[in-house]
Amino acid sequence: MAKITITIDGKPIQTEEGQTILEVCRKNNIYIPTLCYHPVLEPYGACRLCTVEVTRHGWPSLHTACTHPAWDGLVVRTNTAEVRAVRKTLMELFLSRTPNVPLIQEMAAEYGVTEPSYPVEDPNEKCILCGLCVRVCNDMVKAHVLNFSSRGVDRKVGPPFMEKTRECIGCGACTIVCPTGAIEIVLQKNAIYAAKPLGPTAAIYVPSLQAVPRVPVIDTDSCIRFRQRDRSNGEIEDACGACQMLCEANAIDFTQQDEILELNVGAIVVATGFQMWDSTKLSQYSYGKSPNIITALEFERLSNAAGPTGGQILTADGVKPERVAIIHCVGSRDKNPNAHEYCSRICCMYSLKQAHLVRDKTHAEVYEFYMDMRAFGKGYEEFYERVQEEGVVMVRGRGAEVQVLPSGKLRVTGEDANLGKLVAVDVDMVVLSSAIEPPADAQKIAQLFGLSRTPDGWFAEAHPKLKPVETNTDGVFLAGAAQGPKDVPDTVAHAGAAASMAVALLNRGEVTISPQVAVVDEKFCSACKTCLNICPYAAISFIVEDNVARVNEALCKGCGTCVATCPAGAITGKHFTDDQIMAQIEGLFRVPELVEA
Amino acid sequence: MPGNGKLKLGLYWAASCGGCEIAVVELREKLLIVDQVADIVFWPCATDFKYKDVEAYPDGYMDVCLFNGAIRTSENEHLAHLLRKKSKVLVAFGSCAYEGCIPGLANLFDRESIFRRVYLESESADNPNKVVPQTAYHMPEGEIEIPKFYNTVKTLGQVTDVDYFLPGCPPQDPQIWAVIEAIVSGNLPPKGSVVGANEKTVCDECKHVREEKKIKKFYRYHEIIADSTRCLFDQGIICAGPATRGGCGALCTKVDIPCRGCYGPPPNVVDQGASLLAAVASVVDADTEEEARRIVSEIPDPIGTFYRFSLPASLLHRARR
Repeated sequence: MAKITITIDGKPIQTEEGQTILEVCRKNNIYIPTLCYHPVLEPYGACRLCTVEVTRHGWPSLHTACTHPAWDGLVVRTNTAEVRAVRKTLMELFLSRTPNVPLIQEMAAEYGVTEPSYPVEDPNEKCILCGLCVRVCNDMVKAHVLNFSSRGVDRKVGPPFMEKTRECIGCGACTIVCPTGAIEIVLQKNAIYAAKPLGPTAAIYVPSLQAVPRVPVIDTDSCIRFRQRDRSNGEIEDACGACQMLCEANAIDFTQQDEILELNVGAIVVATGFQMWDSTKLSQYSYGKSPNIITALEFERLSNAAGPTGGQILTADGVKPERVAIIHCVGSRDKNPNAHEYCSRICCMYSLKQAHLVRDKTHAEVYEFYMDMRAFGKGYEEFYERVQEEGVVMVRGRGAEVQVLPSGKLRVTGEDANLGKLVAVDVDMVVLSSAIEPPADAQKIAQLFGLSRTPDGWFAEAHPKLKPVETNTDGVFLAGAAQGPKDVPDTVAHAGAAASMAVALLNRGEVTISPQVAVVDEKFCSACKTCLNICPYAAISFIVEDNVARVNEALCKGCGTCVATCPAGAITGKHFTDDQIMAQIEGLFRVPELVEA
Repeated sequence: MPGNGKLKLGLYWAASCGGCEIAVVELREKLLIVDQVADIVFWPCATDFKYKDVEAYPDGYMDVCLFNGAIRTSENEHLAHLLRKKSKVLVAFGSCAYEGCIPGLANLFDRESIFRRVYLESESADNPNKVVPQTAYHMPEGEIEIPKFYNTVKTLGQVTDVDYFLPGCPPQDPQIWAVIEAIVSGNLPPKGSVVGANEKTVCDECKHVREEKKIKKFYRYHEIIADSTRCLFDQGIICAGPATRGGCGALCTKVDIPCRGCYGPPPNVVDQGASLLAAVASVVDADTEEEARRIVSEIPDPIGTFYRFSLPASLLHRARR
């Protein structure tokens, strides 16, 4: 693209051809007020507010910067008396049309206009007829719901015949581009908040903020482009695309599909983590009955600077809580069949941290209901001391019940074992330190990799002390909470060990296997497939071409499960054949011959 | 071969239902070919020979004797020994002679309890004098002896030396014909072989599509409408096919009836019931021990399911007395 030079307010600017004056100004931080301009939409020149003085062939004249191309040798002045006079007149007109729109009031004030200069027809009018909503609806969303109707002073914006239409997909694009707040989308707030307790997210978002690489994804269920494509059976293919237009790295690719990659690897680290235990399973904590009863993970989201409240700790009513209760061991260390018997291990410390955050951010009173404090890690005890010094009230005893009072307040009752008394406290917010548990599909993962699981459901390591990251399947290692509840330092250490074991295996280059393996006599294998899912080491696979099952001798540990299972007797354990075992039994029961002396 | 150069063929039924005899008759027009190559010298079901005729034959007179039925009474055992002596080749014909079959399920009981049930307790019994079978009876003409009813049903192989075993309840006629052809041509496998059957299991002949098996609930056949394309076992209907020697042509599963196991254990399997039991236990898809217990406890009549045809020949052999 050809380089051009354009002079703006006396300053020569080198830039590329093919832009408007406004675009060049914006890139060079030269302020030009606009109302009808939006970078993803075609310029329209409706509001005229971006009027500048352009000198062409020595003749100055006024033009809208948003529509005028920047070409070589152009001289532009953005702030002359004439330009200001035009903008002032425009603002007088805007303020007279929409006297109560704060944005218009502010912009008018910049030009010294504080009162409407002309008769006000409708003090509640908000629309300035900039056409942004019309353009976004037609050009971007391609829903064709909004347009202008009538002419002159009757000109207005709306759907056909100003009637409700099913063509509107409720995407909200018009409300986003409207500069004056003239369009509102009535969100079914309860529905959205019920589905996503801490409010909706955008259609394009980063699923895990700490992920490396930090890549956003598009939620195709809420993305305008995908929704329009699905609604129109593929007829509207290019709706919106605003993210693509604005992404300077050109990283948005709507054609990307989910991919299933098949990789041949020498080692696998299973790090499938945990899931939160469903806090509704113990009804005494009333989770779900009040928006102010939240789990610790939801609290983390609330307290996150990138979260819905920008990191402020607020109740559902949007005010700072005055009292907060944190209940430990919800769903952990509980023999109730709906809960877990084990200690979730991480909750004591994050609960203390959350208590600290609440004190720090809101100065609210914090009540911690705990059974005993498991501050076992390095520096943890010191942190516990510090949180106590910060004035957090420690109630030693499991929080027994949370009641939602008619006033909306929450009453937490429990026993304080130190006082030997039942205690109750009315609070504005309850944080449940809910248990963590193995993911719901852990069994599938276990079958896939031939892993066993301990009775609490976590994946079993090969030896609790000596082989903490290995599994019974060679080449498959465990890392992190997949093996059991772990906090961050423990997870990092465990994962490091797993990675080292995997690398050690790969570097060795060859593996030694035992000769005691199972072997399928293919003459007798009748393809009943009974053996396929019983191998604890995933060593048996079915060979479709030969219609037989086959044992991978490198994976087989010679446990004999398949040998016993094979109903056709087609699998033999090498060195443990039926004949060998029978011979041993015969030998065992042979009556010794007495030799007479 | 003596005389007319034809085979001397004998057939006998011990404790059996008669199905094996029907199976022979099912050869239909091929029976005429049998007649051309063989003289039938003993076949109580179809011809009029007496035991004394057989006793009069010289030892090894019969070239082949097809012996069906289990050994239930002293008469059965006597004939087993007699026919062994009079035959060059003794074939255990059908599941009863081979492995005990349905009569063998009586090994869950003993003589006394069977007599009590059959002659005294059964709903249809009209036996005011409480008569049960005796081995000897005094009549005015003298004393007569009736064969003794044994406590335990045995297979033919458990009482005498058997040359070949022909499985099936009953054996399928193409397989019978194949064996007869082999005998006529003298093309016989080593002694002690199972003939008229395959080395692979019923699954090998079965048309149903098999997948990995994960069973949450076992169904009896009448409790579910089976998908006639998918493996019945995969659908939770216990099918003995995986633990049963093929050769029948998977007749039952062809019409969506689960295999019941009449062709006996596959070549390398000693105990068919244990083998099927191991397979069933392996495919139970339970997350907890209680669930596993519940799933297997829903299997009705385990002995009748797993050992329907093979109890006397199995390692269990019979119920402990």
